[in-house]
Order: sequence, then structure tokens, then C-alpha cells
Amino acid sequence: MRLSRAEVYAGRTLLVVLMAITIVPFISIFTTALHPSGTVPSGLAWPADPQWRNFVEAFNVANMSVLLASSTFIVLAVVPVSVAIATMAGFAIGLLRIPGARVLFLLFVFGLTLPFEGIVIPLYFLEQQMGILNTRFAIVLPLIGLYMPFAVFWMRAHFINMPPEISDAARADGATTWDLFWRIHVPLARPSIASLGILMSVWTWNQFLLSLVLVEDPLQRTMAGALGAFQGHYATDIPLLCAGTILILLPTLVVFIVFQRQVIAALLQGAVRG
Amino acid sequence: MLEPGRAVPQPAASKKVRRRGALVPASLLSSAVWVRREAVVGWLFVLPALLMYAIFVLQPLGLTIQYSLYRWDGVGLAKWVGLSNYVTVLTVPDLLETIFNAFRLAAFFSVVPVTLGLVVASVIHRVATGALGTVSRTVLFLPQVIPLVAAGIIWGWLLALPGLVNEILGVVGLRGLTRAWLGDFDTALPAVGMIGIWVLLGFCTLLLFTGMNKIDPALYESARIDGAGWFTELRAITIPSLRYEIAVCLTVTVIAALAAFDIVYISTGGGPGHATAVPGIQIYILAFVERQIGLASALAVLLMVVVLAVVLPLQWLSRETER
Repeated sequence: MRLSRAEVYAGRTLLVVLMAITIVPFISIFTTALHPSGTVPSGLAWPADPQWRNFVEAFNVANMSVLLASSTFIVLAVVPVSVAIATMAGFAIGLLRIPGARVLFLLFVFGLTLPFEGIVIPLYFLEQQMGILNTRFAIVLPLIGLYMPFAVFWMRAHFINMPPEISDAARADGATTWDLFWRIHVPLARPSIASLGILMSVWTWNQFLLSLVLVEDPLQRTMAGALGAFQGHYATDIPLLCAGTILILLPTLVVFIVFQRQVIAALLQGAVRG
Repeated sequence: MLEPGRAVPQPAASKKVRRRGALVPASLLSSAVWVRREAVVGWLFVLPALLMYAIFVLQPLGLTIQYSLYRWDGVGLAKWVGLSNYVTVLTVPDLLETIFNAFRLAAFFSVVPVTLGLVVASVIHRVATGALGTVSRTVLFLPQVIPLVAAGIIWGWLLALPGLVNEILGVVGLRGLTRAWLGDFDTALPAVGMIGIWVLLGFCTLLLFTGMNKIDPALYESARIDGAGWFTELRAITIPSLRYEIAVCLTVTVIAALAAFDIVYISTGGGPGHATAVPGIQIYILAFVERQIGLASALAVLLMVVVLAVVLPLQWLSRETER
């Protein structure tokens, strides 16, 4: 398709402007983080004497190593379990078509748009009774439940598109339902499973409301929850706050840049399917 | 009996031939016992997911509705009050206002990213190729992968009195406009809306952009030959072809606005006054600060009803346009 020179030029300019608007906020907190702790610097000024030590200090006061371990624990406890049970449910609903599959599917879909605020109050009291309030499981268990509508929906969408001939052939060879699931359909579903895993990892890492309400100790929370507490403590020390924010963002940014293709694809598909 | 495979309309499945109901060759289906055994095995596959969902989502959902009918401080005895919590939410201006604020926020979170995203995507979708395309995808997606809490902190600083926004205004000679954007009664809500736009614009642009790549270029070729300009193309070809993607963008962004919590909690905490108080914030304050569990639950139920009332028509619209 031929484009006029003006169109190409206008398009590129708009793209660059949009990228700048996205990036400049990050640059601003970076330069701010390099100013002496406790001062109030101006927006984008490069400091005369960059205080790289702010990052060390923020790392220590925010207890970054503990936080990383806590967040990683939560992700590792939530994501594999969620993926496994959602894949099984998606398989039964989308491929085995068990009796009542349609009702089950609608039951899960019902939860797709549920705001977390809608259930967080009873969760607090339920977890108090169960004795898991203020532990990492206070975040882990409800997150697994809350991910089920989307995750089951997602895996069902994969399984419902599998040609039945595959299953028929396996059955004719005497495969049990478990063989059919584990040896044939799970390997075929690997791309869908991987995207689902990426999505849920990002959501878990960034989960704030459940952290805030259900776990008092910031060191037992997710990264986002800890960041919220960090802001509460250092709201007045802008350079330190910015340094802490950057440190807490860093793992997300690194993972995103390494896996950008998969993350973007997963998030876009996630929206379209959901 | 195995349920016959009635295909629920599905983007990729809609063109498929209807599947056979039975999953196994007829020869294996000799006995009803076998079928029942298979059904039991199938249900075992669903059970773990269903249990987690029932215990940690459906049960609390029911409890929220139950709590909303009581007056309770979370410790002592709960007192049955019927629907009076709902009456309170709908008559006390500060509480009702949170729902209006949610819709005001939706105007920013949703209308701006979708319309602007449409314009931007249509302008850039033929120039964002090669290295520029890859880099721009990554950059525009950044706000979507960072925690909303971080977006709130970053913008809390940018919009502060000594922050970058005011500095830029000063440089371009608009010093008169500078203020603490998030602390001013008139600008706090639009400022929070700005943060939402920053977070969601890239996402909407890329989603619409991906949709545009599926449109047959021949349509544009013929439009060009007929002398159509950029805007005519947008109106006559792009928007009608993207109705599904637009509905998706609207759904995601509207939910983000109506159920907003993280950004508001971090950047303004609902203030100044109640200027940016949205239902999420008010539920949190009522339940965990003021210990009015019943009232908080009534607001939570109303929030869920509002979300459904807005999202269901959008879903219906997108399902209709798939076929």
C-alpha cells in the first residue's frame, strides 16, 4: 500500500510522542531517586552529585531480599496450582463435556467480572476463623479461587477447539481418561498453559487489595502490597521513595523485557478471550 | 447421558462443523455403567477448581449479601436491619457520590483510551513496522505490566507541586495553572483519570492495532481509489471492522474504573474531602477503618450490580458482532 510521505511522517511523530509520554515518568522518578535523600528536587533535573547510595539504602530499609522471597513464594504457590486445576476443569468442561458442563461453565463465567472488593470483607472474617489471616496463605488461597473463572474460561476455549478425532483415536487404542488428559491433551495445550501462567504470575505479583486487607506485615505480602506500605512510611522522603519504587519495579521490568513477546501476546489474548 | 456438544458461540469455533456428541466410538459405549463411570471421572477433573472457587469466591459472595442485611461491627453481635443499609447507601450523599465518582472516572479510564487509542492505532498501524514497531510495542505496554500501585506512586510525584507536570507548565509559560493536581478539589478526579489514561492507553492502542492488522488491506486500497481520506477510512472501514475489539477495550477499561482501588488508594486515598472517593475506597474505609461491616457490604453488593449492569450489555454487543 502506498502511503504519502506526510502520512508516514505524521504517524512516526505520533508514535514517538506517545512513547515519550510513556517513558518520561520512569525517567523522572529515576533522576529524582538520585537526589540527596530528604530533599525535594524538581521534576527532571540531573543531580549535581548523583546519590547511587539511595538504592542501597532503599534496598535495606525496604528489606528487598525478604520481599523478593515473599513475592516469589506467593507466585509459586498460586500459579502452578491454578494452572493445573484450571486445565483439568477446562478439559472436563470443554472436551469431555461431562453432564452439567454447560451449567458449570456458566457458573465460572459468572465470576469473570467480579470485583475483588465484592468479596474481600467476608474473606477477612473467613480467614480469621480458618486461622490463616496474616499469613501468605491468606493471599494464596483466595487468589487461586479468584483466578478460576478466567483460567477455566481460558482453558475451555482451548479444549473446545480440539478436533474430536484426536481423542477418538486415543480411546480406540485403549487410553483411559487420565492418559487422554496427561499424555495427549496437556502436551498439545502447552502454549495456552504457558500464556495462562504468564498472565497469572503478573497479576499475582501486582496484587494489592488482598495484600493490604488480609496481611498486616508488609514482608509477608506481594511486591505491590509491600510497595504500598513502603509509600506509607516514606511518603515524605521523595528520593528514597522513588529509589524504592524503582527497585520494586525492577524484577517486573526485567521479566517483561526478557519475555516481552509472550507477555504482550498473553495479555492481549487474555483480554480478547475474557 | 453425555451431553450433546452444543457449541456455545466462540470466536474461533463459530465456523466449525458441529461436533459429534459422543467422545468415544460407539462400540465402547456398550453399557450405561461405562458412561456413568466416565461422568464421575469427568467430575473429578472439575472438582478441585470448583472447590476453590466455591470456598473462596462463591461462599464470600453469599456472605457479602448476608452481611449487607445486618448492622455489625465485626466483633459483637450482628443485628438484623433488613434493607436499611441499602437505603443508607442510596440516601447519604457521601456514599452515593462514590458511585457517581466511579462513572466520572470511567469517562477518563474508558472513553479517552478507546477513542484516542483508535485514532493513534489507525495512524500508526502502517508505520509501526520493523524495529520501531517492536520497540513501540514494548514501550507502550510498560504501564500495563507494572503494579498499579507503582503507577500511583510515580504519578503522585509527577503531579505534586514541585513535580514534572508543573515544571513543564512553567517552562511553556503557563505558571498560572500550576497547582497540587491531586490535592485540589477541582482537579483531583481528572488527575486520577489521567493516571488511568496513562496506564490503559497503550493497552487499548495495541489491542486495536492487532485487530487492524486483520482487516483486509484491499478494503483500504479501494477506499483510496475512491478518494477517501484518513478520517473516512477510520469511520467507514476501521471502526465497523473493530467492533469486537472496541467492545473488549470498553469492557476492560470500564471494569478498571468502576472497581478502581489501587491507583486511588495510593495517589489520593479518596481525598481531598470525598472528591476522588470511589466505591472500592469507601468499602475499604467503611469495613476496615470504621468497622461498619453491614454498610460496607451493601455498597459492595451495589458495586457488583453496577459492574454487571454496565458490562453485560457490552458483552452482548461483542457477542452479537462476532457472527
